Amino acid sequence: MKSWGLSFWLIILWLLAAVLSQFMVLDITHIDLEKILQGPDWNNWLGYDDLGRSVFNRLLDGTWTSCIVALTVISVSLITGTLIGTASAYAGGITDLVVVRIIDIFLAFPGILLAIALAGIMGAGIENVIVALSIVGWVGFARLARAQTLSIKHREHIVAARSLGTGHLKIIVKHIIPMLTTPILIEATFGIASIIIAEAGLSFLGLGVQAPDASWGSMIRDGTRYMLVAPHLVLIPGTALMIVILSINLLGDRLRDWLDIRSQLRIQRES
Amino acid sequence: MIAFIASRLISTLIVVLGVICMVFLLIHFIPGDPVDMMLGESARTVDREALREALGLNRPLGVQLWSYITSLFQGNLGTSLHHRIPVSDLLAERLPATIELAVAALLIAVAIAFPLGIVAALKKGKAMDKVSMAVSMIGVSIPNFLFGPVLILLFSIWAGWFPVSGRDGWSSLVLPAVTLGTALAAVLSRMIRSTLLDVLQEDYIRTARAKGCSKVQVVLHHAMRNAMLPIITLLGLQLGVLLGGAVITETVFSWPGIGKLMIDSINSRDYPVVQACVLLISLSYVFVNMLTDLAYAWLDPRIRFGDR
Repeated sequence: MKSWGLSFWLIILWLLAAVLSQFMVLDITHIDLEKILQGPDWNNWLGYDDLGRSVFNRLLDGTWTSCIVALTVISVSLITGTLIGTASAYAGGITDLVVVRIIDIFLAFPGILLAIALAGIMGAGIENVIVALSIVGWVGFARLARAQTLSIKHREHIVAARSLGTGHLKIIVKHIIPMLTTPILIEATFGIASIIIAEAGLSFLGLGVQAPDASWGSMIRDGTRYMLVAPHLVLIPGTALMIVILSINLLGDRLRDWLDIRSQLRIQRES
Repeated sequence: MIAFIASRLISTLIVVLGVICMVFLLIHFIPGDPVDMMLGESARTVDREALREALGLNRPLGVQLWSYITSLFQGNLGTSLHHRIPVSDLLAERLPATIELAVAALLIAVAIAFPLGIVAALKKGKAMDKVSMAVSMIGVSIPNFLFGPVLILLFSIWAGWFPVSGRDGWSSLVLPAVTLGTALAAVLSRMIRSTLLDVLQEDYIRTARAKGCSKVQVVLHHAMRNAMLPIITLLGLQLGVLLGGAVITETVFSWPGIGKLMIDSINSRDYPVVQACVLLISLSYVFVNMLTDLAYAWLDPRIRFGDR
């Protein structure tokens, strides 16, 4: 790969903004009554919202929300999903059968329906969003890890490790999981994008962060009420959301092509 | 063929039972006492006990589950706490709107995705391919709750062509259906492209070209027919995007369907209705996927004639 490209730097910017928002003194609740619904001007490039709060400050705060939710949920889902999927395929038999059925049942809930239902029933709040998305998120990783493990577990190095008397746990952790890194990494990249969309979606529905904290989704929801007079309240958080998701998706595509090419080269060299 | 159908029906049945159990368990995810959540802390003890009795929450979990399943099979989904009418009546009232939206969105998605995906596959690596894949990438990256308001802004508020929200005649269907349809089209066109690219590399395509078939004939008769099998399965799976997205899209446009009902019920803590909405949406998804699997079996002669 020659360069990381714009998308990579935009993601770095997103992460930096999220971290910075925690160190900057952001007055996200400061109200400027004279500037209610005012559009962008020279002092504040992104304008003010319906209560006269700075959109820029709220956007930064929303960056932190999306970032913390995405990173927590992806870590939890990745670890539990990979472990469950790998262990299930490795064990085989009745365990595998049961796990496959459970995965099927989770996949029967389309899109973010289950997350909406869980978050709605557990009550609004960012912690509940994280729990709801994690309950839904592990399934994709489990399915992927299971499929990969099924094809790996009969390979020679596993058989060799087994005949040397290596324990099952060690085989899974040292000999199988390292081979899953590439597909799991690609899945995780796209996973982060869908978690960001899901968090913003839940917040849009009023099930995510609670006032006065900000999320891009809740900013869009609040903005839709003032679309006629202040379209920037929807367009600014919307554009931020779109740029981040687009960047992550592009990076995921790029990562997939790159890792794919490398594995193709390796096959060519071996044959 | 019969063995295939039987195995498919059995696994569908298991999934349906699992979904019912999960939806039943949803109410137990309510932190603390569900009755407190629904009535508020200040409710009278008599009312609480009455609701607990009505929801069956005072009985053991196993008994609750069994009575939930048996009453489901009798078509009894409980009573709405908010509207005070049977939940099944509420669903029946809202279902036509959701079906209308889903069908319109599906038509839009197919109408956009097929030309886009086919052109991209045929012109692989050329400008057309890059443009259509860039368009679909942008489509994938714009969530419904952003695209919907932007469409409202452009075509309702500025141009004034369509109503902002509600369900009143055909013109009100356009924007929600476009919002939902383009989201699906973006995903679908990528899948059509990659499926068609796989098929175009097959030997029989080269043979067809070699025997002098025109390019159009090869694409329509040889490539697309073979590509349709995986595409139908993918389309069935992608209906999940449509149904899940419908919940948000209906909320954006105040479209009076099942998804809007679900969100309204979450806000009014009408949990039996929330459960019923989740159940209805996911079971229709399961059912559609079973149908696409059966259609696949019927379309594929290798399965139809029991080769496998």
